[in-house]
Amino acid sequence: MGSLLRIVGQRLALGFLTLVVVSFVIFVAVNAMPGDFAQAILGQGYTEEAGDAIRKEVGLDKPYFVRYFSWLGAALQGDFGTSFAQASFTAYAGTGTGSGLGTVAAQLAPRFENTMFLATVAATIAVPVSLVLGLLAALYRNTIFDRVVNIFTLSSISSPEFFMAYILILLLAVLNPLLPSLSNIFDGMSFADRLNRTLLPALTLTLIVTAHMMRMTRAAIINLLASPYIEMARLKGISPMRVIVVHALPNALAPIINVVALNLAYLITGVVVVEVVFVYPGIGQLFVDAVKNRDIPVVQACCLIFAGAYILLNLTADVMSILSNPRLRHPK
Amino acid sequence: MIKIRDIHLEGRSDESWIPIINGIDLDLKRGEVLGLIGESGAGKSTLGLAAMGFARDGVRISKGSVEFDGIDLVNAPAAVKRGLLGKRIAYVAQSAAASFNPAHKIIDQHTEAPVQHGVMSTKESQEDGMELYERLRLPNPTEIGFRYPHQVSGGQLQRAMTAMAMSCRPDLIIFDEPTTALDVTTQIEVLASIRDIVEQFNTAAIYITHDLAVVAQMADRIKVLLKGDEVEEADTRTMLSSPKEEYTKSLWAVRSFQRPAKPAINTGATPIVSVKNVTAAYGKMPVLFDVDFDIHAGRTVAVVGESGSGKSTAARCITGLLPPINGHIEFEGEAMPLDYRRRNKDQLRQAQMIYQMADTALNPRKTIGEIIGRPVQFYMGFTGAEKRKRVDALLEQIELEPSTYFNRLPSELSGGQKQRVGIARALAAEPKFIICDEVTSALDQLVAEGILKLLADLQDNLGLSYMFITHDLATVKSISDEVVVMKDGRVVEQGPKAEMFQPPHHPYTDLLLSSVPEMDPDWLTDLLKARGVDNIGDAAVGKM
Repeated sequence: MGSLLRIVGQRLALGFLTLVVVSFVIFVAVNAMPGDFAQAILGQGYTEEAGDAIRKEVGLDKPYFVRYFSWLGAALQGDFGTSFAQASFTAYAGTGTGSGLGTVAAQLAPRFENTMFLATVAATIAVPVSLVLGLLAALYRNTIFDRVVNIFTLSSISSPEFFMAYILILLLAVLNPLLPSLSNIFDGMSFADRLNRTLLPALTLTLIVTAHMMRMTRAAIINLLASPYIEMARLKGISPMRVIVVHALPNALAPIINVVALNLAYLITGVVVVEVVFVYPGIGQLFVDAVKNRDIPVVQACCLIFAGAYILLNLTADVMSILSNPRLRHPK
Repeated sequence: MIKIRDIHLEGRSDESWIPIINGIDLDLKRGEVLGLIGESGAGKSTLGLAAMGFARDGVRISKGSVEFDGIDLVNAPAAVKRGLLGKRIAYVAQSAAASFNPAHKIIDQHTEAPVQHGVMSTKESQEDGMELYERLRLPNPTEIGFRYPHQVSGGQLQRAMTAMAMSCRPDLIIFDEPTTALDVTTQIEVLASIRDIVEQFNTAAIYITHDLAVVAQMADRIKVLLKGDEVEEADTRTMLSSPKEEYTKSLWAVRSFQRPAKPAINTGATPIVSVKNVTAAYGKMPVLFDVDFDIHAGRTVAVVGESGSGKSTAARCITGLLPPINGHIEFEGEAMPLDYRRRNKDQLRQAQMIYQMADTALNPRKTIGEIIGRPVQFYMGFTGAEKRKRVDALLEQIELEPSTYFNRLPSELSGGQKQRVGIARALAAEPKFIICDEVTSALDQLVAEGILKLLADLQDNLGLSYMFITHDLATVKSISDEVVVMKDGRVVEQGPKAEMFQPPHHPYTDLLLSSVPEMDPDWLTDLLKARGVDNIGDAAVGKM
């Protein structure tokens, strides 16, 4: 177990390093975007003078690397800075809400919570469904059942997300009004209400991620069916279902876990389109708005969260793969 | 009890079905052991599995009947067959290491069949398992089952698998080459255990093997197969003393191949290769300790030992693939750079290798001409027509027709032919010295004999020296001039062959030599008597 802790420690350190590298790439990419925050916020009321003042206020007048390191230094201490868009610029343009300063963290926290909620609901449906479908497809391989499952999951992954979303809205909200088509959730809602409104986007995401996980489960298991220990189990008179669940599945876990982790990461980072279709207030929407407004601190923080989600989920997958392998769990 | 009539099996190859077994009859009475013998591709395993009413994926029973205790296994529904498999008919596979599920503890796999078939409760079956482990003389019988397969040695696993087959006290067990993957000393323990337990429970068995001496110890009757046809069947003693068919006789004769002894080495001659006090390690794990031996011009030095004894590591040190920590390697009296990267082309040329698995040692995407042509060009600098001429000459030397084989891929060759190509590739560098690493252990006896004869002829014609790594003492007897016995990374004993096969021996050499099965059906019984039955268990512990 000591060696496992060491591996986790190493991976965490490496993951952290990756995050720093990613932050730099993000910074360069964001700053390479055409357009300018001051122009975006002032719109028609833009003057050279007002623009310069805004740029000076948010620090855009300083050189690249100074801005990067001061941002990085603050981010390392947990301070992701202040959202440009939430700052008050009324003095320069004569417009705006004047709602005062909002830190990026304060803006992100509720959105992040919502995204995680959606991802959790989707994962709770998608992971068991795809594993069970994968097992059944392996058990009844090359039968009608196997083909139907394959065709269905492949078609759903091959269609654009918004298309799947609208089909679901049509079926479950318009023709059969079972679920609300808008997912505008807010604080203070009851859990049941929240779940009810989250279900449609969660189902859409399920349709999108199921195929990958289900096909990997099927392939990983079928791959093992020619091994001598599976033949041995069959020759012991074990039923086909038990052969697959007890003898093949435990040995197929490592690749399955990796694909599951990849798809979970997608549930957090790849939901932009689904959030927009259902007007779900998650990180994806915030991210799109921030890019539109050239709100650099928010874009950077979102990207860091996405990168962090990938790194953490991959780390979890590695650790679970090790735990699923008795050779690594119990060395000689 | 089991009655097979005119059984035909076919295997799928691309779009057509190719016959594997062509109409064989087989009868087995309760408590009887039948030996099935033949070379690879003879259909032994397929027939053994068919006796369970089972055909692997891509194989089908096309004709004939299999009756077990009056039940028709060919046409029985799957559920009925499942009720018999594991419970009344059990199977022991060739490689226990591959046939135990790596994800579960041994005891859990042991109890699975009895519990699933409703024969015993988990607890009863566990206790029964421990009792069987004890009878099979496994160390720590109460504890060993709670380990995972990878934590137990190959010989122990093979016995645990026999125990697993016994878990429901079946009427019939199919043993499919259960000792082929084991070292000789381990093989004896497993053979003795299997024979004991089969006798104790009066279980009928079909014992599949390619090793005649082994089948002689185990079987009451022997059936010889060749390419899916039965050659002959007789009880063991009759079969051994007076085989009727030519093919059976040729199988029996393989073991008699023997090279004439060569004169003693001149004292003071400089050896071709000299391994001087070599100590080597993989990472921090030391594997060779102070190994020291010479190989003289035109001679074959057999390096003998069980798996893990350091034979192949010694070869890696000589070729420079694994630079030793201590000691050095001399070629014709000159010290060689230890790391192959620091040797020049001429030094590299001196030591060539032939590998055990010709399958994996030849690039499957290159033609035979390219495979042999590469070293011809690299070491000798031949190109164009000159290169072609040289490759043709090499192909002729290994007795393959150049015009037929030059453009073939390795997958179009048989195992023996592939090994010949491996030899030609080594010869292409025109070395004085070749390392042969278990070159015959993956081959059938007749094919192996052909390879040994070829190597011997090449030695006579070209004056080559061989370092012949093997665990098979019969091969040592037939081809070697000098013998080096290794155990646990050390040289235990070395000397000329004649001396090595005459007592007195080092105790380990003695153990190795006496463990080689002989064709005498009483050999195992006599040996066990001589060693004392308890000693077998001790030998097992000593080996682990």
